[in-house]
Amino acid sequence: MSESNAPAISSPVEYIQHHLGNMTLDGERPASLVDFSVFFVDTFLVSLILACLFGYAAWKVGKNIDPDNPTGLQNLLETVVEFVNQQVKDIFPTADKMIGPLAITIFVWVLLMNTMDLIPVDLIPSLVGGVAGIFGYDPHHVYFKAVPTTNLDTTFALALLVFGLIIFYNIKNKGVVGYAKMFLFHPFGKWAIPVNIIMTTIEEIAKPVSLGLRLFGNMFAGELLFLLIALLAFSVWAMPAQIALGTLWGIFHMLVVPLQAFIFMLLTIVYLGLASQGVDEH
Amino acid sequence: MNVTATLIGQLIVFSVLIWFVKAVLWEPIINTLEDRKKRIADGLAASEKGLKDQEAAKELALQEVKKAKQEAAEIIAQAKARDGQMLEEAKNKAVDEADRVMAGAQAEIDQEVNRAKDSLRSQVSSLAVVGASKILGKEVDAKAHKAALDELIEQI
Repeated sequence: MSESNAPAISSPVEYIQHHLGNMTLDGERPASLVDFSVFFVDTFLVSLILACLFGYAAWKVGKNIDPDNPTGLQNLLETVVEFVNQQVKDIFPTADKMIGPLAITIFVWVLLMNTMDLIPVDLIPSLVGGVAGIFGYDPHHVYFKAVPTTNLDTTFALALLVFGLIIFYNIKNKGVVGYAKMFLFHPFGKWAIPVNIIMTTIEEIAKPVSLGLRLFGNMFAGELLFLLIALLAFSVWAMPAQIALGTLWGIFHMLVVPLQAFIFMLLTIVYLGLASQGVDEH
Repeated sequence: MNVTATLIGQLIVFSVLIWFVKAVLWEPIINTLEDRKKRIADGLAASEKGLKDQEAAKELALQEVKKAKQEAAEIIAQAKARDGQMLEEAKNKAVDEADRVMAGAQAEIDQEVNRAKDSLRSQVSSLAVVGASKILGKEVDAKAHKAALDELIEQI
């Protein structure tokens, strides 16, 4: 394959596949949908860097907090904290002290990870490929997927923790018996217990799955569309279309990026708020 | 598009990040915001109270001014009354003084007059003797006409 000169233009399928491939620890591709022998270095690294970035900003602001003259970053983070706190108060008035930090972490971290989507699709993979080239690797076998939220691992890690907390808050507020009763007598009352169990189980499982898949789907689709637009660079004449479409999709995606972060946060609060309600009688 | 071991790594990062954010950012900022809210509320309450106090003080000041005005009016009335009294006294005194001065002057005048009369009397007899001798062309004995002279002196 002569992809060394113009890989994107000569073989669009390979270009896209290359961009959708992850950097793994030992170069292995995952064999099936669920394969725990593989570890995606790129996803983990980018999300870790972003987590550290947020953590560092949080630490710096929290350490030098000035109640009288808030400036710069403190103002920004105060606004975010106040915004998230308002959401928590509105949706989940009896929230305990864990919900706020959970919500703000989801919001900011997902926002940061989603924002990676707005960086030109070829920039980070090319940089990583170039660096790998210096160290003697073939750049075309170096994969790097820069947006952690276009990866099911990230979105499901978030969703699973939320799922765990849903169960925790259910048991904490309803008790084990109350939680079991919810499965038995909800939503159709005591005459349809088998149906109730199936329905409630589906309802509960659907929460984390929909959380994880929604974020993943939106971000993955956005990424894919950026890749397709990038493919328009096959000739000079298509460049205006590429620029126009890229700009339009970029602007639209700037809306999607915070929106998805916000939705994830909001649904987390809603689910945990529901989980913290007492046993409702039927 | 796979679920891999990365999931576990992400879970750990996520959990640690939540804990970290809670400790260093969320709690300090929430505390600061609560504190600020409380301080603003306190400040507003204090200003409200200050306004009320000011209102009360104004009322008090008005009353004081009213009272002071009343007192001043009373004092002025008293002063006016006293003023008239003093004027009267002064007038009386002046009149007395004038009477006294006039009486003194009158006494002096009387005295002068008497003195002039006396000196006139002492000279009248000699004048009359000289005049009579000139008229008669001869010496007149004053002792011989003493009775007539005394009568003359008496008439002055």
